[in-house]
Amino acid sequence: MKMAVCIKRAADMETRFKIAANGTSVDETGVKFDIADFDGFAVEAALQLKEKDGAGEVTVVSLGPDTVQETLRKALSMGADKAVHLKADAVPADALAIARVLAAELKGGGYDLVLFGRMAIDAANQSVGPMTAELLGVPCVSAASQLTIANGRGTARRELEGAAELLEFPLPAVVTIDEGIARPRLPSLKGIMAAKKKPLEVKPSQVGESRVKITKMELPPERTGGRIIGEGPAAVPELVRLLQTEAKVL
Amino acid sequence: MANAFAFVESRGGELRRVGLEAVTAARQLADGTGGGDVHALVIGAPGIATKAEMIAAHGADVVEVVEHPGLALYSPEVVAATAAARIGAGTYRAAFFSASAQGRDLAPRVAAKLGVALGADVTAFETSGDAIVVRHPVNTGKVIATLTITGTPVLVSLRPGAVTATRAPRTARTETIAPAMDPGSARVVPTELLAGNTAKLDLGEAPVIVSGGRGLRAPENFKLVEDLASAFGNAAVGATRAVTDDGWRPHTDQIGQTGRLVSPDLYVACGISGAIQHLAGMRTSKTIVAINKDREAPIFKIADYGVVGDVLEVLPVLTDAVRKAKHSH
Repeated sequence: MKMAVCIKRAADMETRFKIAANGTSVDETGVKFDIADFDGFAVEAALQLKEKDGAGEVTVVSLGPDTVQETLRKALSMGADKAVHLKADAVPADALAIARVLAAELKGGGYDLVLFGRMAIDAANQSVGPMTAELLGVPCVSAASQLTIANGRGTARRELEGAAELLEFPLPAVVTIDEGIARPRLPSLKGIMAAKKKPLEVKPSQVGESRVKITKMELPPERTGGRIIGEGPAAVPELVRLLQTEAKVL
Repeated sequence: MANAFAFVESRGGELRRVGLEAVTAARQLADGTGGGDVHALVIGAPGIATKAEMIAAHGADVVEVVEHPGLALYSPEVVAATAAARIGAGTYRAAFFSASAQGRDLAPRVAAKLGVALGADVTAFETSGDAIVVRHPVNTGKVIATLTITGTPVLVSLRPGAVTATRAPRTARTETIAPAMDPGSARVVPTELLAGNTAKLDLGEAPVIVSGGRGLRAPENFKLVEDLASAFGNAAVGATRAVTDDGWRPHTDQIGQTGRLVSPDLYVACGISGAIQHLAGMRTSKTIVAINKDREAPIFKIADYGVVGDVLEVLPVLTDAVRKAKHSH
């Protein structure tokens, strides 16, 4: 099975974010970056499908400036076979503009399965995967928490609010991966050495007009917590009183 | 005067609250621009038409109803094709969807079909000249982005609870519409809806969440968390990633960076230390209570009310007190 996984380079979410001087982006000084959380699950899911089949090829694709090559190398060190860097000054805020670039690259690639993470952990749009599928004209299941592929067909489970649903679809298809499928493996030393020799193709990309513009970024108001009202079961009457009279939630 | 469109989410023949929130949002946008028309689309198996009255009561001028025996379950391709066709058939400034599991699947498909921009998981919106300006939490809620979106229509998926479903009764016209494609020809086929415990409140909709972590020490002690939730009567039960990874609770109960993002009126963290991964999922809760035996646990830094103590000792007493408080009303 020929698979592509679209991945994004994203900031470590444990960062204490600061807003950059321009007021419309996050200050990246000293911030660590890695494969966005769900995209790591998608790479792992592709590698496991390949291992189960005993054959196949996994290509990782990422859009952005040269720094995304580090993210692609990480995926190669996990076990992906090839990488494609779609070079752009920045990733646009318009998910459809991103999907158009990815669809142009994937179209004609002969992929049986294209995987995405359920959403990029930073931009949190959860839109690029289904949009890319529409542009490619192939079936799509988003936010799959289980995925089985057999005989050219897929079965997936999606988690809903208080329920779940099962869906079936033919390949080729786009599937976006939720947590729960697989924890991403850590690259082995052997994998890291091998990744250096794997092909990483750099291509120019044509990012079209973005109709979504970030006009402001701000930090949410700080929580003013930190009030300890007592110890052990003896604190319960005071807690209940505060919930009734101060927080008014009881 | 601008017209607005709402996709009204349903499941199992019942409207979901987030669906009515989309109708209210469309009404707000139309009224805010001097009073345009609101069209609302509802899709389901035969019988869904009986919900038109409820949709009209929330401010729709026209309720577009698609009934088909093949649409008892959410069929992504059919619903996306139909929603795109209906939106394309009108002149709308904005079309509202829900940022629910279903809506986050549907809205991007429709945006791509129409070639228009989508503002996803929006917590607030307003019109500004030719644009729609929305607020959208990014970086696991640690940063709030303001986005200016142009084009017509702009698609918006609303975070559950961002708008309160409000009655604004209209004398609505109901139009019966055929699905834009035959459900039998869909490639992606929904085969089964695995209903959870329907009596159980969903984490995204419950006003109170009682959540448990490793401090509970054993899976069977989650009974204490469930007891407290049932004492509140309007509470859902959540868990940390450590606990769902260990299989104490299903993965779907996980609150955190890669799980559910929740903002209930009250969040009770039981035996939860407050790892950044968990805080990312619940820090926007209105009131936070933490019960933990480690006074230095990070959860206390964001808790409005902290109780230092063993959850196994505190929870039964708290459950009893909450039950009494509820009964005294």
